[in-house]
Amino acid sequence: MEQTSSSPAIEFLDVSYFVSQTPILAQFKLQVSRGETLVLLGRSGSGKTTTLKLVNRLVAPTAGQVWVNGKSNAEVDVIELRRKIGYVIQEVGLFPHFSVERNIALGPRIAGWPDARIRARVEELLALVGLDPQLRSRYPHQLSGGQRQRVGVARALAADPEILLMDEPFGALDPLTRDEVQREFLSLQKRLHKTVLFVTHDLREALRLASRIALLEAGRLVTVLEPQEFMRSSDPWAAAYVRAFESGWDLAKGNRP
Amino acid sequence: MNVLRFMLQNQTQVLELTGEHLWLVGLSTLFAIAIGVPLGIMIAHRPRMNKPVIATANVIQTIPSLALFGFLLPTPWLGERADRLAILALTLYALLPIIRNTYTGIRGIDPAIIESGRGMGLTPSQLLFQVELPLAMSVILSGIRIAVVISVGLATIAAAIGAGGLGEFIFRGLAMVDNRVILAGAIPAAILALSADVAVGWLERRLQPK
Repeated sequence: MEQTSSSPAIEFLDVSYFVSQTPILAQFKLQVSRGETLVLLGRSGSGKTTTLKLVNRLVAPTAGQVWVNGKSNAEVDVIELRRKIGYVIQEVGLFPHFSVERNIALGPRIAGWPDARIRARVEELLALVGLDPQLRSRYPHQLSGGQRQRVGVARALAADPEILLMDEPFGALDPLTRDEVQREFLSLQKRLHKTVLFVTHDLREALRLASRIALLEAGRLVTVLEPQEFMRSSDPWAAAYVRAFESGWDLAKGNRP
Repeated sequence: MNVLRFMLQNQTQVLELTGEHLWLVGLSTLFAIAIGVPLGIMIAHRPRMNKPVIATANVIQTIPSLALFGFLLPTPWLGERADRLAILALTLYALLPIIRNTYTGIRGIDPAIIESGRGMGLTPSQLLFQVELPLAMSVILSGIRIAVVISVGLATIAAAIGAGGLGEFIFRGLAMVDNRVILAGAIPAAILALSADVAVGWLERRLQPK
């Protein structure tokens, strides 16, 4: 999948997705550049998750194409495609019968890395996401929500994918833990420069993490804006978000938390 | 006490019939697992096949056992030997709990686990053997446990078509109106059922996912 770095990491070319005549996503066009964190913002049912799943082909488009690293993702082997894309979901989806170590090692192990390299990688990742190395032999049910989510991120990063898909990864965490993992995410991203496609319905999270925000409404892309632009936008949907945000928060406009 | 004395006096025959009984139950259970687990996996992955497969297994279950043995009697190769017939009938009866529990066990796995596995690029067979089967194992085993216990009881009826097993004592005792003889078949059968129940139950608890 090595391509010229000028091509976007992910590109949606007029993608539509229908479930028995009902459009979930319609004529969706979007480019995600390398190393950026593009946040898909929208309410439930706006098509954010579907957009994400189109990238690693958990969902196949009804019409249009999704290009990943300069190639239509329908033309590459789907297993290979997925192994090169990290995937984190809100429910985390850790394997309950695998220890933390085996969960994190899953990607490298199916990619056939030698044992010593896998062990070193697990060690490295535990440190990277700020987990106590002693947790490696624990099982998911013995961890807190925040710890599980960190293991989920470590697992997604394990095989060093260029692209990371994150579907409301911090949605189920309490506000303090969420604040903590968001901060960690930012410092991690500053070092790793992954291409991240991040789904959330939380404007605050979007403002904090995004390099650009793509606003979705009823299966359509409304607008793509940088966080500062978003707060000043005259777009009615964006403005509605900002109003709802500000009615709950007495924060000064335009200040990124 | 009379029963015990009778069983001791006929020790060889008790052991022989118990052995036959085990053979009928063991072999039919193995066949039922070999057919039922893959069928259960298949309908778990193709929910549209669920209804017809479960319904068929259900219908088989409702055929009275004596009638089923009778139906199968004229079958060419099978009809030649009673134990073949008995094993086929027992296999058919054991299918339903095994298919149903395999299906339930796999469908019962948190969809987030399956989806993250697929998203990480596990192949369907990696997903099956590393995730779905281990997580469904205790439910599958409880289906097998039910199947074995039912089979031990049902296999006594196989003696009616001359397939042997502990039912021989029971039918003979019924004909002779002799409780000792009936119990000489019924007691070992009950012990077999209980031991199988305990053994598979132990395995089931050991393999319970955390």
